[in-house]
Amino acid sequence: MNHRLCALALAAIASALPITEAAAQQKVLKFVPQADLRILDPIATTAYITRNHGYMVYDTLFAMDAQFNVKPQMVDKWEISKDQLTYTFTLRDGLKFHDGQPVRAADCIASIERWAKRDALGQKLAEATQGWKAVNDKTFTLRLKKPFPLALEALAKPSSNVPFIMPERVAKTDAFKNIDDATGSGPFKFVKSEWVPGNKVVYVKNTDYIPRKEAPSWASGGKVVKVDRVEWIYIPDSATAAAALNAGEVDWWEQMPPDLIPLLSRNKDITVKNIDPLGSMGMIRFNFLYPPFNHPKMRQAVMHVVNQQDYVIGIAGDPKNGKPCYSYFTCGTPLASEIGAEPLKGKRDFERAKRLVKEAGYKGEKIVIIDATDQPIVHSQSLLTLENLKKIGLNAEIQAGDWGTLITRRAVREPIDKGGWSIFHTWLVGPDMVNPAVNFPLRGTGDAAWFGWPTDRKMEELREAWFNAPDAAASKKAADAVQRHAFEFVPIIPTGQFILPTAFRNNIQGVIIAPINLLWNVEKK
Amino acid sequence: MFAYVVRRLFATIVVMAVVALVVFLLLYLTPGDPAAILAGDAATSDDIRRIREKLGLDEPFLVRFGGWLWRLLHGDLGISIFTNLPVTHLIAQRIEPTLSLTLCTLLISVLVAVPLGVVAAARAGTWIDRAVMGFSVLGFSLPVFVLAYILILTFSIGLDWLPVQGYRPIRDGVWEWARHLVLPSTALGTVYIALIARITRASMLDVLSQDYVRTAQAKGLAPHAVLTGHALKNAAVPIVTVIGIGIGLLIGGAIVTETVFAIPGIGRLTVDSILRRDYPIIQGVVLLFSASYVLINLAVDLSYMFFDPRIRY
Repeated sequence: MNHRLCALALAAIASALPITEAAAQQKVLKFVPQADLRILDPIATTAYITRNHGYMVYDTLFAMDAQFNVKPQMVDKWEISKDQLTYTFTLRDGLKFHDGQPVRAADCIASIERWAKRDALGQKLAEATQGWKAVNDKTFTLRLKKPFPLALEALAKPSSNVPFIMPERVAKTDAFKNIDDATGSGPFKFVKSEWVPGNKVVYVKNTDYIPRKEAPSWASGGKVVKVDRVEWIYIPDSATAAAALNAGEVDWWEQMPPDLIPLLSRNKDITVKNIDPLGSMGMIRFNFLYPPFNHPKMRQAVMHVVNQQDYVIGIAGDPKNGKPCYSYFTCGTPLASEIGAEPLKGKRDFERAKRLVKEAGYKGEKIVIIDATDQPIVHSQSLLTLENLKKIGLNAEIQAGDWGTLITRRAVREPIDKGGWSIFHTWLVGPDMVNPAVNFPLRGTGDAAWFGWPTDRKMEELREAWFNAPDAAASKKAADAVQRHAFEFVPIIPTGQFILPTAFRNNIQGVIIAPINLLWNVEKK
Repeated sequence: MFAYVVRRLFATIVVMAVVALVVFLLLYLTPGDPAAILAGDAATSDDIRRIREKLGLDEPFLVRFGGWLWRLLHGDLGISIFTNLPVTHLIAQRIEPTLSLTLCTLLISVLVAVPLGVVAAARAGTWIDRAVMGFSVLGFSLPVFVLAYILILTFSIGLDWLPVQGYRPIRDGVWEWARHLVLPSTALGTVYIALIARITRASMLDVLSQDYVRTAQAKGLAPHAVLTGHALKNAAVPIVTVIGIGIGLLIGGAIVTETVFAIPGIGRLTVDSILRRDYPIIQGVVLLFSASYVLINLAVDLSYMFFDPRIRY
């Protein structure tokens, strides 16, 4: 009996002790992501949290650096034929998937082909492609039907969908089916057994990963992992996340709401910083199928009363965390300009807007702004737009719901009396609006276009001209033409550029300045 | 009694079948499309249509319901649309935190509330009674999230005694497990302490006015023996009923507490799934809730026989 009691007591003490010593000595980075990781497939969804997961576990053939140059990543060397029709790629030595299998040319081809079925730029590349061919396990070729100057830029695309390389067996999955195998060849391994959706995602260092020698710059360069384990701890409540960071229970909070910045800034052990050089762009999107916004003058009227400064403050809380951006391309990137932006700049002209409304023949049709009150960025924009529309005499109302309802309803093509809509708001990260190839809200392909379904043949022609631009100067000129037309046609109204800063404990060092939170190179002292 | 239990268990199956049908119908009629959420912000209508086809969401109601029911009869609750993980696995991941939180909250609530109620009844009309009732009103009035933040501010940030958030499984150590449950259980338990204390007081006051209590007092029994041995047992039926209802409410109703303290429980799983229209999880969780409620009610009904031998089934 005594022995049994002793054994029970020992077991109780053992269970009361914290986790093993080996585990305690590991360097664990505790990171609070901006959203909960639910979908593992970075090709099946454009969700940014899944893209970020992709950067943890996968690698890319090429990557873009901070100067917008395309740099090789998994590729060691490449050649472009004189006729610009054949690209030959050779992989680096020692590339291995997490299951120990070598990365082969066939894996790269299957991955790129799957990506090209979902991504807009990938589809454009696929249109120009005659075929991909594996020369041997390390070398493969891309044969084009016609020169496509953006081929390498496409393979280095930094934001959703990113052309991540997966094993061929995974990449052969239908592009519209969500994969659940996160085997990659990237710097971290996903630990599926510890994944608790809605709470925790665990990655461990991929000890087989061979980083490049170059310094990291955005997603290019050496991906040197300096911690043993990364835990993404999803904390849905902002106040709790702030308290957890203050108390040192977590090391890094990816994105915080503006109202908590002063609270965290007061803590000397915490750094609050903007590490996203491009920020995000807010926008108003119209339904082009029905009155009143099927008339360009109605859209122009709204543009004349949108004050970006108001929207930036509404979204970011503090003017320091945002700025007006009178461009259809992300401010701070090579194609950004203010060409044609007069209707969006300067003093807001309500009288002009009213005249445009009259010229458009507005008959008092009801305007429905669909809103998502669980998304502060969407909600604040919706309220400001409602106010603006009312000021110019439009019969507008907000119909509020959650984000899930909004993105379902915006797919409804019916008139508003049958569940349709007139306006919704959203935002895109900077890299998703840097040029006409990735800037999908500009597209004017009717039924195949983004929600709102504008038909704008001129925009499609101008976009095509941009794709065919032979050099940087021609590219800039073509992009200017796209923008000039956009300010007349008004596919969206940009509402400003804003930043949601990040906050981390001071013992965290080596944070990479990039439009995506990248966790390699990060040290925990 | 055996026949009664069998009858009640049979009724459970009928209840769950009705719940299954109603839930499926409600979800079918609710606006929202998981395919649109899965595709992401940049997707086109065509992308969404193709994803919907792959998920079988474009099939008629009866085909979908029939398929789900067939799988359910085989013990398969389906696969989450988003995570691709089995619903049973996701529920299993969440059961331990929710049960831990529920049991700790109940334990704290009962251990604090029943003595408070008994003392308030025994000292009815005194300042003790008024203090207990005052606390009870405060417990009802204070929103859980406000109390949660006050507790975090005081015990986690200010004193650095307890963790702000998270849950540690019991296998990581009893101490860590308990430390992570103290604040959430206290925040969640306050309203139950208030409720149970009031019910206990009212029930005890009723019993204390009975003749047999006066007889026990006249026999010269010690006051605590009269209170606990005679009065409390006879006052227990309504108290147990409230505790039983409380268990049911706690299993599904701890959403705010789980959110504030970032505890990966069933409540948060439910809310997250509703926001994303992850139908298989919603259906699975609602079935679990309904089974829990019915079985807890059965257990409460059976417990009446222990507290009041006059009750027979």
